[in-house]
Amino acid sequence: MFLILILLAVAVAALSGLPGILLRRSDDGGERISAISMVCAACVGLIGALGGLLGYGGKPLALTWPAVGGGSVGLDALSAFFLVPVFLIGGLGAVYGLGYWPHCCHPVSGRSLRFFWGMLVAGMALLVVARHAMIFLLGWEIMALSAFFLVTAEGHRIASRQAGWIYLISTHVSVLALFALFAIWRHVTGSFNMTPAAPQTLGQGVTALCMVLVLVGFGLKAGVMPLHFWLPGAHANAPSHVSAIMSGVVIKTGIYGMIRWSALLPDVPVAWGALILLLGALSGVLGVLFALGQHDFKRLLAYHSVENIGIILMGFGVALLGRAVQRPEWVTLGFGACLLHVWNHSLFKPLLFFCAGAVMQVTGTRQMDRLGGLAKRMPWTAAAFLVGAVAICGLPPLNGFVSEWLLYLGLLKGAVGTAGGALAALVGVPTLALIGALALACFVKVMGTVFLGAPRTQSAADAREVSRLELVPMAVLVAGCALIGVFPSAVAFALDAATGCWLQSTGATAVPVAQTVPLGVISLLALLLLACVAGIIWRMRIKEVVTAARRSLTWDCGYARPDARMQYTAGSFARMLVLIFRGVLRPADHPPQVTKLFPVPTRAHSHVDDAVLDRVLMPAGRKVEEGFAWFHRFHRGLTQHYVLYVLVILLILMCTLFPFKNLFAIWLKQ
Amino acid sequence: MLETLIHIAVLLLLPPLLPGVIAKTKAWFAGRTGPSVFQPYYDIIKCLQRDWVLSETTTWIFWAGPIITLAATLLAGLMVPLGRASALIAFTGDLILFAYLFALARFFTTSAALDTGSAFEGMGAAREVTFGCLSEPALFFAFMVLAKISGTLSLTPMLHAPATAFAAGITAPLMLILIGLFIVLLAETCRVPVDDPNTHLELTMIHEAMILDHSGPLYGIILYGSAMKMLVLGSMVLQVLLAFLPEREMLRGPLFLVLLVLLAVVIGIVESVMARLKMLHVPYLLISALLFCSFAFILLIR
Repeated sequence: MFLILILLAVAVAALSGLPGILLRRSDDGGERISAISMVCAACVGLIGALGGLLGYGGKPLALTWPAVGGGSVGLDALSAFFLVPVFLIGGLGAVYGLGYWPHCCHPVSGRSLRFFWGMLVAGMALLVVARHAMIFLLGWEIMALSAFFLVTAEGHRIASRQAGWIYLISTHVSVLALFALFAIWRHVTGSFNMTPAAPQTLGQGVTALCMVLVLVGFGLKAGVMPLHFWLPGAHANAPSHVSAIMSGVVIKTGIYGMIRWSALLPDVPVAWGALILLLGALSGVLGVLFALGQHDFKRLLAYHSVENIGIILMGFGVALLGRAVQRPEWVTLGFGACLLHVWNHSLFKPLLFFCAGAVMQVTGTRQMDRLGGLAKRMPWTAAAFLVGAVAICGLPPLNGFVSEWLLYLGLLKGAVGTAGGALAALVGVPTLALIGALALACFVKVMGTVFLGAPRTQSAADAREVSRLELVPMAVLVAGCALIGVFPSAVAFALDAATGCWLQSTGATAVPVAQTVPLGVISLLALLLLACVAGIIWRMRIKEVVTAARRSLTWDCGYARPDARMQYTAGSFARMLVLIFRGVLRPADHPPQVTKLFPVPTRAHSHVDDAVLDRVLMPAGRKVEEGFAWFHRFHRGLTQHYVLYVLVILLILMCTLFPFKNLFAIWLKQ
Repeated sequence: MLETLIHIAVLLLLPPLLPGVIAKTKAWFAGRTGPSVFQPYYDIIKCLQRDWVLSETTTWIFWAGPIITLAATLLAGLMVPLGRASALIAFTGDLILFAYLFALARFFTTSAALDTGSAFEGMGAAREVTFGCLSEPALFFAFMVLAKISGTLSLTPMLHAPATAFAAGITAPLMLILIGLFIVLLAETCRVPVDDPNTHLELTMIHEAMILDHSGPLYGIILYGSAMKMLVLGSMVLQVLLAFLPEREMLRGPLFLVLLVLLAVVIGIVESVMARLKMLHVPYLLISALLFCSFAFILLIR
């Protein structure tokens, strides 16, 4: 029943951009049609997902696709859980796009962008409900290719094209790993159906091979360090609502893939849980460290996605450990943290990208050091960003805290319990504390340089608040962050249902989250904190005294003419931390050249390059290119040449059919 | 009920006494008479009665910062046991909320500092978040040691365990985390050798540099909040210290408050006999706190 709703939503989303393409270029009706149908698809899809979470998903539906031998889709709690962000951000992003990427300003790219937006959402929803490897792959490829066209929406910019190509290469490497995975799956189980293998049937070698392919294939999509290299460029150069859905939802399909395949493989050894925990810790710390070194607003947010994927993986690692050693508490807390952080990150990261997009739209720059003082000029955007920043730092009383709290408890329960668990906690707990503190430093830096203080450039000084079409999606996400933060027990049912679904293949039963940790107390304390703040504000009669307050210049220790350029910049704020971790970050400094007695104006800048892309892959790629320079002579750029090559290769292949044996036989006889 | 009232009364009324005692101790070391130990009370009351002066650059974050900081500190104070009685709020996992409430306070204090657009306050905020990155993992390592000793994940039993369940096997870990926690206390409450609250040079300060622009009632709230933070973190350190004191059952009663005052005296002595570290050397001190606490945990699970 509810599965039908999902399929309906997929169809509506896939077709949402089509009318716009068929209409004339000057006609702006297409953007309204696409936004309305996306909102409808989102509502229908969300109802369907809610039904799935409540256990009314129904039986898998067989689709006839003879070419691959069947095919089926189904809706269980795990699928439904991941459908919620897909449809939520799909709908909100379409509305945001009306204000951010209006047809009147982008008559060409706008049409294709809206078409591929619908396809992206449809592809993601399809792969999440797939119960057959080929359907999964179909959804995966639709998603991957639509995302490529979305990232390169501004194809006239070279940075955008480069980011798009790097993304395309990495996504195809990931598909290659998935091909291998599905081929092995077909070989050992006899079909492409995604039904759990019975315990003790696969053997350790096959399980290990599958897990490696899962980690590479899905890890590339999720952006796990060191496979994250495509992510910062793609997220920074895409239009902001595309960055929002890519960062908030698309990379989560990688997490979904890992979770789904780990559910299909019932006996994953303990070591894999430990490895995923370690990978998560690595992603978390390195992601936030590289974020600290960035000056580009959206690139910084992109690195934070790597960090959050790390936190999600840490939860997943704890859950795998718990499943392998039969500790239901670890499973509940670890898996609960993993899933809840998936939801949380898909609420606050799109929110932050929406805010970044709004800032970019009115000021025309992503460089934080050219901004400042926007909280006075864009009060609503600034407030929304503040909520997102507090949430992503994992601070109470917002949603990020709840998932990190679950993860801490999962790790600490291990520390109290067993020696092995203590080892996991030894890695996990301080790492998580470090990630939290570094994220705080990073977001104070963004908040301070972009929204607070005085404007550093004229364009920042002239900024105005963006339209309601952009503010309303932000408001919805703010409400979501607050709701999960203050009333976490409201989503406990979804966590329990999805955990139960994940454990089904092993035969273990899930312990409800609410029975393991006191979720109600968290709501109580969140409300108490808000009440305390409200009480102090009320007692001090803030509104009256602030309006009556005397206004003066900022006290700069007697300096009478403070200037906006005297403020701390994003670079100077993070400088100490970057220097402490310079061994990893390798900041490149270009100090100013002071030559004459009366120095002329000069410039200084510093940047932190990506560890994998800029320091390993690009140099290695250049080496390979040099080595294969001789191959260029075959590349003439004429289609006829390439057809000729195909013909030659075919002929060579056909020559192998020549009966060499007989030839040799004759020759030997003589 | 009575215990609840006493806890709240101590939490609300005692904090300003601690900086007063520290100042008196330092004065005594310097051979001065010094202000009365109640001077911080007078300062705070006087500040609260003053008019408001705000910078033209600032927004609502500027005044919300100190208020949210105070509220978060107050809530954290309700989770730490003072003496023998249980804390008012105790549940599984409250230790994480406790640590993150201070992080929330740090977020808003530093944001309020950056709101002024002054280089000095930016400097202070940058230092505050940097040192927070090192002291927070140390705090969590100490919590892990206490959780392992007590077998629970709630602050009250965790902090009571060193005194009640003292055994020879846990002496070394406890001693190590005591050193670590004391360094974290000095760093978080901005005392020498990490920060010098009495310096006259804005360039060398952390906390005082961040709040240069806050005046009047907001400054009063900040003074009160930081004194409360000292009380909260100080009682946490004391609970661990109790394990090494004779007559600890007696000391866990009302005498606990006397111990708190004595802790302020110790901080005053540290301030009098030490110089502030060079700013670039502060991370080394904090990293050593982190190492002390991590070795304690490794000792425990060996």
